[in-house]
Amino acid sequence: MKLEKKDILGMKDLTVEEINLILETAESFLEISTREIKKVPTLRGKTIINLFYEASTRTRTSFEIAGKRLSADTVNISASTSSVIKGETLIDTARNLEAMNPDVIVIRHSAAGAPHLLASLVKQSIINAGDGAHEHPTQALLDMMTIKEKKGKISGLKVAIVGDITHSRVARSNIYGLSKMGAQVFLAGPATMLPRNIEQMGVKVYNKLEDAIVGADVVMMLRIQLERQKQNIFPSLREYSQHYCLNRSNIKRAKKDVIVMHPGPINRGVEISPDIADDPSYSVILDQVNKGVAVRMALLYLLTGGNE
Amino acid sequence: MTENRNIKIVMDSDGIDRCLTRIAYEILEKNKGKENLVLVGIRTGGVYLAERLQKKISGIEAGKIPLGILDITLYRDDISTSNKKPRLGKTKITFSLDNKKVVLVDDVLFTGRTIRAAMDALIDFGRPKMIQLAVLIDRGHRELPIRADFVGKNLPSSLWEAVSVNLVEKNGIDEVVIEEGT
Amino acid sequence: MKILLTGAKIIDPAQKIDADMDVLLENGKIVKIGSDLLKSVKSKDSEKVKIIELAGMVLTPGLIDMHTHLREPGFEYKETVASGAAAAVAGGFTSIACMPNTSPINDNRSITEFIRRKAAEADLANVYPIGAISKNSEGSQLTEFWDLKDAGVVALSDDGKPVMDAALMRRAMEYAFSLELPIISHCEDINLSGGGLMNEGYYSTILGLGGIPSIAEEAMVARDILIAEFTKTCVHIAHVSTEGSVRLVREAKKRGLRVTAETAPHYFTLTDEYLQGYDTNLKVNPPLRSTQDVAAIKEGLADGTLDVIACDHAPHGRTDKELEFEYADNGISGLETSLALSLNLIKEEVLSWPELIAKMSPNPARILNLSKGTLQVGADADITVIDPQLKWTVDVKTFRSRGKNSPFHGRKMQGKAILTIVGGEIKYVLPSLKV
Repeated sequence: MKLEKKDILGMKDLTVEEINLILETAESFLEISTREIKKVPTLRGKTIINLFYEASTRTRTSFEIAGKRLSADTVNISASTSSVIKGETLIDTARNLEAMNPDVIVIRHSAAGAPHLLASLVKQSIINAGDGAHEHPTQALLDMMTIKEKKGKISGLKVAIVGDITHSRVARSNIYGLSKMGAQVFLAGPATMLPRNIEQMGVKVYNKLEDAIVGADVVMMLRIQLERQKQNIFPSLREYSQHYCLNRSNIKRAKKDVIVMHPGPINRGVEISPDIADDPSYSVILDQVNKGVAVRMALLYLLTGGNE
Repeated sequence: MTENRNIKIVMDSDGIDRCLTRIAYEILEKNKGKENLVLVGIRTGGVYLAERLQKKISGIEAGKIPLGILDITLYRDDISTSNKKPRLGKTKITFSLDNKKVVLVDDVLFTGRTIRAAMDALIDFGRPKMIQLAVLIDRGHRELPIRADFVGKNLPSSLWEAVSVNLVEKNGIDEVVIEEGT
Repeated sequence: MKILLTGAKIIDPAQKIDADMDVLLENGKIVKIGSDLLKSVKSKDSEKVKIIELAGMVLTPGLIDMHTHLREPGFEYKETVASGAAAAVAGGFTSIACMPNTSPINDNRSITEFIRRKAAEADLANVYPIGAISKNSEGSQLTEFWDLKDAGVVALSDDGKPVMDAALMRRAMEYAFSLELPIISHCEDINLSGGGLMNEGYYSTILGLGGIPSIAEEAMVARDILIAEFTKTCVHIAHVSTEGSVRLVREAKKRGLRVTAETAPHYFTLTDEYLQGYDTNLKVNPPLRSTQDVAAIKEGLADGTLDVIACDHAPHGRTDKELEFEYADNGISGLETSLALSLNLIKEEVLSWPELIAKMSPNPARILNLSKGTLQVGADADITVIDPQLKWTVDVKTFRSRGKNSPFHGRKMQGKAILTIVGGEIKYVLPSLKV
């Protein structure tokens, strides 16, 4: 088995079969992280470059650990340490990296479409680790893996995604991925956080959190970027949290066995009340982190190969 | 599909069972009982044989010995250069291997590369006291200095022939067949 | 030197000619137009007349592009006056009007004179500079309109940027009107479009790119129409891209206001759906809009709401475009593809030949007060000859423009200018054509 694709740029491009293959492969990788010696020799001699133009601790670390557990050499380049500040363009960086002959380049960039540009320039496999407000496919895959583990399936589930959809790549990737796998996706957020014509993606859209989470199997809360307040997308954190914070009382509208997810880092008391976030009967936030390594190992495993 | 192929059954259901019974006795004899003994079956054929051995051993000396399942894909020496990625199976070894006498179980011993990978994997799980190898068929053509401790049947074969161990658990029938390559 | 152009179908909307005729040029002017001039020329002074046989071709008054960006001074690597003029004649344009957003901005006599001198040196197309409305196009203080007019500007615009201050726009319209200088308005409310990279709609949503709502354009179109009405002046709306803008201009015209408007070929050819590969060559401002907007633009062209097709030729270097979508410059290098894309409107029966030529020659001439855009006897001998059947494939490597930024690279086209005559002199001939 091998993914027919050179790159993983977004959930939009993955088929149901490919998503299933990635998730099944990832499940086999989960066990390695539980071993005493958390390392297999599979990708010995392979080089993985993590090219991060945007600050990220968890995604970068997750990719780094995934590569290392497969015995690949991982190199991290972040905007603050590379030649980015000297004004080198992505094209020049790409050509230079290509000349060093890595096997996979993982890219995180604040500009939507940057991974697509990189993929068109180099022969190496590109994994999108988040591009602007566009896609974050590995996050969606780990979310789906978590849901599948907790619920035994994805098809037929009702998943509510709540928060700033407009600026969320996590939301877009999950909408594509979950819909393909047969889940129903419900969105909630103030009108200023719902991008135009989003319902054409096949989702149901609500303004009130309470309406969107009725009967939900999964509630996914998105992180609020505080700097968006300046763009008048919401008047104040206080008002936002009064209406869009998942808490003991409104969560009762969801299914009894609802699971609560968050891509992190969480603003406690803004998106999710602390008692829900810390309640293991609801919160699967740490499971998500754990699945992240396995999903990324699976992608690295499936994307690398010989030059036949 | 089968019309031009020359398929020869070299061992039937009873033959396989008799081999496994003998190997079970040999394992107990060589290890002087089942103390500290564990079985690890290599996916996929080795797992079913290991399960059968586990049953036979408990029939001889009461009590179950631990059984682990090993997927060696991630330890293969051709994995990073091959474009074909085998579908990964799960590895399940829920007990410690430290100071255990490990009997690796596989269906066919051929080049020895699978066993090399399996031993590397086992060592990542701990430090066994010793590792022994039980196989149903040894067809020769070793490429590494590896030999089996327990062999069901030595089956000299040519490189053009394919040796398959079919088991009820996955193929619906117990038999060992040798097939001429076309 | 006399030139006789014979055998072509003549389309001259100004004289309502749509017939097979011959045209005789002498000393940079059109001296005769009529059927069968060939015989009389041959009998009289055939040696002194260059006869060009143009059977099957369409001959029109020289095409005029009233919205071009030449990058000189300041960004010569993107385009010079000479390379832009060369691109113009290759695209069939005998005259172009160039926007003031050079570096420095054309907001004073010396830049205008510099551009005109460069154009004279190039000696290809007629180049008419457009001056800035506000100093440095910063939108706070008017430029010296009168002095600019004396130096040769034909219109005023802060194109590339809107005039956000409505009071300043009002004064500009009043003052320019008294000098008979048209104001060309780049209609964009930058607070509404702020941070946007493409049309706001389904595609901006799925691509995660900031949206530019259609109302960013329409709010300003409405404002400028209101100012023109109140001050009893005129305004020309540049690069109309939305259904709402077409509707506003149509209503204004119905009420008898002196409002004119243009659109560009990409606004009736491409939609935001094409942006899915993040091709920066499709990044323009205003952005490519929806299918519905494209249909409305075609309707506006058909019913006369949109007077002009202008390229909005915006050449850029590779370094300006080979970037993340967010960082790439806006614009399409359009002079060499505009005619072929516009000819599609005839095939699609949106426009007739005379209607199309009107929007590409006499109408822009009228708006800019140029005594051009006709084949009348005595007019300047600016002529474009089009082979409507010629099939060709766009190849940016062959562009005369330094700007190779075209989303139409590789596209199969039909129809091309094969001969461009400016002031009686041949400035462009299709290389395969023997003249």
